[in-house]
Amino acid sequence: MSKNFKLISIVLFTLFSFFILLKGLDKSNIYSPEIKESNVDFNFKAKYLFSEEEVFINELLNNEGMSLINIWASWCLPCRDEHAYLLNLNSLNKLSIIGINYKDDEKNAKQFLSELGNPYTNIITDPKGINSIEFGAFGVPETYLIDNKSKLIIQKFIGPLDDKAFAKIINIIQ
Amino acid sequence: MKKIKILFRLIIILLFFQNYCLAETSQEVDKISKNLRCLICQGQSVYDSQSDFALSMKILIQNKIDEGKNDEQIYEYLKAKYGEWIVYDPEINKNTILLWVLPLILFVFGGILILRKVSIK
Repeated sequence: MSKNFKLISIVLFTLFSFFILLKGLDKSNIYSPEIKESNVDFNFKAKYLFSEEEVFINELLNNEGMSLINIWASWCLPCRDEHAYLLNLNSLNKLSIIGINYKDDEKNAKQFLSELGNPYTNIITDPKGINSIEFGAFGVPETYLIDNKSKLIIQKFIGPLDDKAFAKIINIIQ
Repeated sequence: MKKIKILFRLIIILLFFQNYCLAETSQEVDKISKNLRCLICQGQSVYDSQSDFALSMKILIQNKIDEGKNDEQIYEYLKAKYGEWIVYDPEINKNTILLWVLPLILFVFGGILILRKVSIK
């Protein structure tokens, strides 16, 4: 009896561990948080780039259409890669693009824009990286598609924009 | 000369006092940041990490403390932004129930095994 119990429990335990590990293998290791739209509070102030004026993010989002918020920096290489997509989106005139200049030097940011072009309707600065945390950002570059009326994040793109992300944005705004 | 000496001592005391105050506030930041996972680093807490993300997070925690928020409110704020994963102490819900219950099951199971062995002897 005791021998049977031992054997059965060992077999059961092995099976149990096996299935737990198997399930663990199936699960992707890349962690991405669920979008919790309602928790983004746009009611915070930030300074404009190239000016000393401050503005509430709320005021930058019109009450119609959509906005694209893009976190970028001149020192960030992937931002260079995605810049063409932003210029392209801007030329469509379908949405306003708000740039958040992340932990950057004003002079370098200016040079970056004069070199590659300026797709942004407005640019605000984030010298300490705190404003980006309000959006739940991990770093640069990151892009959010926002519905201006409901102030909800419709789509979040972590990392540089690519063909797939671009197609998705076009699809949504049209 | 004497006046200079007194002034010098005063400055030293002031500097010391300022350091003391700074240490006091940063202790609170340390305490909170030790309980937060640095989401872009592998296996580091926000406290340990020097990444841009972690540095900003520490400034943000300091700001929240200055605003008068307590630990619990700061954790809740960050959980709302980044999800449950950011805190090292997971809540009990349907996704984490196994995590909490498994050690208990193993403990009871081990206890039964030991009891059986002892009673047989």
